[in-house]
Amino acid sequence: MDGFVSRGFRRRRPAGTEQAAKLPPGQYAETGFPVLTAGPTPRVDLAEWRLKVEGLVRNPMQWTWEETMALPRSSFEGDIHCVTKWSKLDTGFAGVSVDTLLEAVDPLPEASHVVAFCYGGYTTNLPLDDLRGGKAWVVWEHEGAPLPAEHGGPARLLVPHLYLWKSAKWLNGLRLLDHDAPGFWESLGYHNRGDPWREERYWGD
Amino acid sequence: MGRLSWRLAKVAEVRPETARVVTLALDVPGWDGHLPGQHLDVRLTAEDGYQAERSYSIASAPDGARVELAVERLDDGEVSPYLAGELRQGDQLELRGPVGGYFVWEPSRGGPLLLVAGGSGVVPLMAMLRHRAASGSQVPARLLFSSRSLDEVIFRAELERLEAADDGLTVTHTLTRSQPPGWVGYARRVDVVMLEEVGWRPGERPLAFVCGPTRLVEAVAGHLVALGHDPDRVRTERFGPTGVP
Repeated sequence: MDGFVSRGFRRRRPAGTEQAAKLPPGQYAETGFPVLTAGPTPRVDLAEWRLKVEGLVRNPMQWTWEETMALPRSSFEGDIHCVTKWSKLDTGFAGVSVDTLLEAVDPLPEASHVVAFCYGGYTTNLPLDDLRGGKAWVVWEHEGAPLPAEHGGPARLLVPHLYLWKSAKWLNGLRLLDHDAPGFWESLGYHNRGDPWREERYWGD
Repeated sequence: MGRLSWRLAKVAEVRPETARVVTLALDVPGWDGHLPGQHLDVRLTAEDGYQAERSYSIASAPDGARVELAVERLDDGEVSPYLAGELRQGDQLELRGPVGGYFVWEPSRGGPLLLVAGGSGVVPLMAMLRHRAASGSQVPARLLFSSRSLDEVIFRAELERLEAADDGLTVTHTLTRSQPPGWVGYARRVDVVMLEEVGWRPGERPLAFVCGPTRLVEAVAGHLVALGHDPDRVRTERFGPTGVP
């Protein structure tokens, strides 16, 4: 509504310009790390745990936990944004770059989209291009400590340039497809791509 | 599907529920209805153009253009002190929704229902219970509600009325911090024993909705799975100081 003002409402959080510049529209800075999950937190035995990359690839792979730990380490320092309005600024994760995984499986030319699938049954979809070029990780450390189960441990996807529901918790694998296939929240009213800087929260945004 | 557009709602009524929680009854022109359990987004705009957005669960059953929120005032928050302190009858409020298609229930989804709430996490569950009553549903339902003290039990009188209707709803309170003299109910955090005593057996295949602070939600959902409940029938939502200030 152009011109609408909420009678009596004033900014209560400091207008720190540096912080404000890092917040996408409609977001606020949260110092904690809220937990949001649609169901019970799956408990995954590391001996059984696998990381799979499959579908339209020349060389489908699955890594055990030990094999995954031996992959070249890559870390992310920066900001994450949840569709429920909070952002966590300047936070660090470590794991492996999705580029490393894709290099190992050698995607077929027709691969254009990815479904991330998870222990517990969660799925989310992404264009393949959102997962390559140094933009996405599979992470198992947060701030130097093992990623807690409620935040997606043993390992989760991290795609910090999209809303956090794309950074699937309890990741089991990535399936490369030649078409888009909406995942869990994408089928329940949330935006198909989820770019926080375009405020792509819901269908039609 | 079209964009969820921002609408200008009018505050029809402000109703205190507890010392820190108020119900805001809103008239929302063009509201297309909602499912119990869904939430909506509120956007506040200051005179200098500064905006703040938050999500709030809807407390009311679907009822035309009337939508009710129940908002807990968090003193270090930016939006809740305005909604639960400043806003008056006749004021206007920008919102859009409804949002969310998983933490929802309507009678056709069956039961039996196990609802577990911590504090203001009761809000979306109240929408389910109000809708259940309003639609004459006989789906058996049990609410286990954790509050710090009797004075902080949100919707206490209304829950008593709903239970007294004797249509298959039972309400069980636990008071974790202080209890009135003579209190014979639970006086501890929700634990696995309480869930076994109050809840349904796994073989009865209840549909469980758990909403509250993360610690309660994580514990309860974990206990339910450990007791043998199907994880696909345990749905969770977080509410409270972390995540929704």
